[in-house]
Amino acid sequence: MKKTSKKKYSFSSLILRILVYTAAFITLAVVVLLIGYIVIKGVPNLSPKLFEWEYNSQNVTLMPALINTLLITLLAMLIAAPIGIFSAIYLSEYAKKGNRLVEIIRLAAETLSGIPSIVYGLFGMIFFVITLGWGYSLLAGAFTLAIMILPLIMRTTEEALLSVPDFYREGSFGLGAGKLRTVFAIVLPSAIPGILSGIILAIGRIVGETAALIFTAGTLAKIPNSPLASARTLAVHMYSLSSEGLYLNETYATSLVLLILVVIINYTSEFLAKRMVKKRNG
Amino acid sequence: MDKFTVKNLNLYYGSFQALKEIQINIPANEITALIGPSGCGKSTLLKTLNRMNDLVEGCKIDGTVLLDGKDIFGNMDVTDLRKRVGMVFQKPNPFPMSIYDNIAYGPRTHGTRSKATLDLIVEKSLRAAAIWEETKDRLKKSALGMSGGQQQRLCIARALAIEPEVLLMDEPTSALDPISTSKIEDLVSTLKKDYTIAMVTHNMQQAARVSDKTAFFLMGEMVEFDATDKIFSMPKDKRTEDYISGRFG
Repeated sequence: MKKTSKKKYSFSSLILRILVYTAAFITLAVVVLLIGYIVIKGVPNLSPKLFEWEYNSQNVTLMPALINTLLITLLAMLIAAPIGIFSAIYLSEYAKKGNRLVEIIRLAAETLSGIPSIVYGLFGMIFFVITLGWGYSLLAGAFTLAIMILPLIMRTTEEALLSVPDFYREGSFGLGAGKLRTVFAIVLPSAIPGILSGIILAIGRIVGETAALIFTAGTLAKIPNSPLASARTLAVHMYSLSSEGLYLNETYATSLVLLILVVIINYTSEFLAKRMVKKRNG
Repeated sequence: MDKFTVKNLNLYYGSFQALKEIQINIPANEITALIGPSGCGKSTLLKTLNRMNDLVEGCKIDGTVLLDGKDIFGNMDVTDLRKRVGMVFQKPNPFPMSIYDNIAYGPRTHGTRSKATLDLIVEKSLRAAAIWEETKDRLKKSALGMSGGQQQRLCIARALAIEPEVLLMDEPTSALDPISTSKIEDLVSTLKKDYTIAMVTHNMQQAARVSDKTAFFLMGEMVEFDATDKIFSMPKDKRTEDYISGRFG
C-alpha cells in the first residue's frame, strides 16, 4: 500500500514537471518565434526611404507615425499620470477605510479597465471629435487614450503605495512630520518602482493601440503642425499599410521599428527608476 | 518633577476598552519602564503620550494627559507634541535613504535647511546615540545596509535629532541580539541625563537593569507603579508578584 502510494506520488510529480516545463517552453517559444519572425521579415525590408520625413505612396515612410506615436504617448501620459497617481494617493493615504466613495471609485476603475478599447474610441469620437469640435486630432486621440489608461495607472499606483510598509509612515509621523510630507518624502519615493511598472504597462497599451485612435486621431500620415491636426501612430500606420495590402514588406519593417521602440521605452524607464532608487538609497 | 501627568485615562478601540482609568506620573530625567503581558495596554499607553493613536481608526480617548502641565489633547499642535516627544519603535524602521538623510529628515521637517547646521545635527545625534564611529565614513550610504542593532541606534539618533524632551521606546530591543541589546541599554542609561524616557519592555531583567520606576499593567489596568527596586523586591500587589516571579505572562 505504502509503496503504491509513493509510486503514485512520483508519477503525478512527473506529470506536473512535464506540464511546467511544457508551459515554460511554449511561452518562450512564442516569444522567440514572434520576435524572430518580425526580425527575419523586417530587417531585409528596412531601407532609408522608410525614414524620410514626408510621406508619399512611393516611400510609405514611417517617420511621421513614429513621431506621432511619441507625441501621443507623451501627451496621454502627461494627462493620465498625474490624475492617476494623485487619485491613488487619495485612495490609499487619505480616504478612510471602508469609505463609500472609495468603493465607488474602485468599482469605476475596475469597470473602466474592462471596457474594450473600441468603445473608448467611439466615446472619444462622439465627445472630443464631434461635441468639443476638435476633429480627428492628436489632442482627441491623446485624451481618449488618457481616459483608457487612467484606471491602469491608478490601480498599479495604489497597489504600489499599499505595499509600502506602515512602519515607514509611523516613523515619519513620529518625528512630527505631517501627512503631506510623509506621503511625498517617504511613501511615494518608496513606491516608485511599482508606479513605474504601471506606467510602462500603460505606455505599452498606448503604443499598441489602434481601434481607439482610428476614430479619434485619424489616419493622416503627417507630422502634425498643431494639436488639432490628425495624426496616425505607428500601430495605426501598420494597420493601414497592411489593410491596403500593397505594402506588406514595409509593414514588417515598420513592426520591427515598433518593437524596438517599445523595448527602448521599457529599458529607459527601468534604467531611470533604478537610478532614482539608487540615488535616494545612497 | 513630573514630565507627564496622566489622569483618569480611558481608551477604546471601537467597543474594546484597552486602557482603564490609568493614573501615572512619569518623572523627568528618569527611565520609566512599562511592563506586563501582551495585550495589557502598555504599548497603547505609550502611543497615547505622543498621540500616535490618532492614526488608529476607531480609537477613542477620554481623560487627561498633561505634558509639563499642558493638556496634549487641548490646543497643543500634534506636530509640536511629537517634536517634543520622540519615539523609537519595536522594529528598527530606518527610511530607505542614506544614513545622513535619515537623521536630517526630522530637522528638515521642522524647517532646518542650512547644510552646515544639518551637518552639525547629524554628527551630534549620531554621537549621542553612540553610533558615530561606525557611521562617520558611510553617511551617504543606505541605512538599510546596517545591522539590526545599528539600525535601532540610528533610529534613536533620528529621534534625538529633533531635540525632544521625552523619548518613548516601544520594546526597542525585542528584535535585537543580546550584544546589540546591551549596547542599547547602556545608551538608554546615558540618555536619561538629558531626556525623560518611557520604555515598554517584555523583558523584566531589562526593566530591572535600566529603569528607575516601573509600572505593571494587566488587562488594561495599571496594577502597580513604584520605584523599580521596590517593584522587584517587595511588590504590594499579588498579581505583580506573580508576574515578576514568572508565574504567568
